[in-house]
Amino acid sequence: MWKFFHRLASPPHFYRLAAIIAPWFAVPGLLLIAYGAYAGLFLAPMDYQQGDAFRIIYVHVPSAYLSLMAYMIMAVSGGIGLIWRMKLAHAVAAAAAPLGAAFTFLALVTGSIWGRPMWGTWWEWGDPRLTSELILLFLYFGYMALRGAIDDTAKADKASAVLALVGVVNVVIVHFSVEWWSSLHQGQTLMKKGGPAMDPGMLYPLLGMILGFTFLFGSLLLRRVRTEVLFRERRTRWVREMILSPEGS
Amino acid sequence: MSEHQPQQPGIFSGLWATARRDLLLAWKRPGDVLNPLFFFAMVCTLFPLAIGPSAEQLEFIGPGVLWVAALLSTLLSLNSLFLGDFEDGSLDQLLVSPQPLPVLALGKTLAHWLTSGLPLVLVSPILAMTYRMPGSVVPVMMLTLLLGTISLSLLGSIGAALTVGLHRGTALLSLLILPLAMPVLLLGANTVSLAAGNDIYTTGIWALGAYAVASLSLAPYATAAALRISNE
Repeated sequence: MWKFFHRLASPPHFYRLAAIIAPWFAVPGLLLIAYGAYAGLFLAPMDYQQGDAFRIIYVHVPSAYLSLMAYMIMAVSGGIGLIWRMKLAHAVAAAAAPLGAAFTFLALVTGSIWGRPMWGTWWEWGDPRLTSELILLFLYFGYMALRGAIDDTAKADKASAVLALVGVVNVVIVHFSVEWWSSLHQGQTLMKKGGPAMDPGMLYPLLGMILGFTFLFGSLLLRRVRTEVLFRERRTRWVREMILSPEGS
Repeated sequence: MSEHQPQQPGIFSGLWATARRDLLLAWKRPGDVLNPLFFFAMVCTLFPLAIGPSAEQLEFIGPGVLWVAALLSTLLSLNSLFLGDFEDGSLDQLLVSPQPLPVLALGKTLAHWLTSGLPLVLVSPILAMTYRMPGSVVPVMMLTLLLGTISLSLLGSIGAALTVGLHRGTALLSLLILPLAMPVLLLGANTVSLAAGNDIYTTGIWALGAYAVASLSLAPYATAAALRISNE
């Protein structure tokens, strides 16, 4: 068991392993997204209140969920890298940040498009989740800016890991404070959380999309970590040997 | 314990020594303390000029303006928290000192709060009066600013430690700290607004106090870790 982990942490081993695993995430991910998109957009019944507008949920909810999940991955692997000095963990954190920012952006854009027919406005400050998602996007920007500002990779890794860990504590506080704040404003109650039991015809495509997005995220993350590892190890022997070998890859 | 060992100074002597040194430095260079205060006053002046002198409107936006101005002025003074020590090498002395680094970092942050946060709190009633804040609300505003600036100084010390010695420090520091500081702003400004509207505002005070206590107990460790990383 421990041997497996130690080998996993070695960059050349991970580099090869990730190439094998990535398609196993990509193919089910794309299949699930194809199912979810078709079932969600064409088969699912119309919402009695929102009509067809609710169908954006099939992109919005998975993106919003992944925006938080990517942050957790970034912070946890940053912490692992800080505590156990595992270089691979820092590469994972570095690769997860732009992905997380992209999903956060997607969640914000789809939320805003959804808000237009529902609230009659592109942006509603009274909705706590929209506001906390925006702050999350700023946290990602800060994280990536800090990484970009430090030239020494090892130093950038550790400094950004500290920032990500401080941010984790704050994400929770942001969530509750924004909720408290918007309750003062008597915010909209249209988007009730969860709501009553969802129609199975609506629910299964949504679950398919969430799972599909997660798989897709996993595959993208593996590919990004691979590139990151290759770049970080560019001066080592195994990279040189691999590139010069006849198979290339 | 052997008698021949030299007497080790206690933890608090390190805290007081760093705080006293920074306070002394601030005393010798009063501009560093006064500039953020002038900035605070000027930002508060900008709003009536920009949106017009309507008393009703000013009364409404007053708490928010004062809080945003306080946040920005704290940010302005944070950049120099560790910069001077970094440039003249005294930061290295703090790092190699046998005293625990979080305590020394806390000492520096304490001095920073005494020279930037506390003056803000003391000056704020004058500016609040120009915004026609009722007299009963002023103590509430001062209390929120008191608790809030403690949190802001502590949070800011983490950012200042992470960016010390980087070329693009100032803009980066704001980018790192502002998202972290948003809950403080949100709680502080809205608590004052609630008090001005004769509403129950104690929730906000308790939450701000909790935030201040939590950052007081956690932030020095993060600052110390960040200082070690920045100075490897």
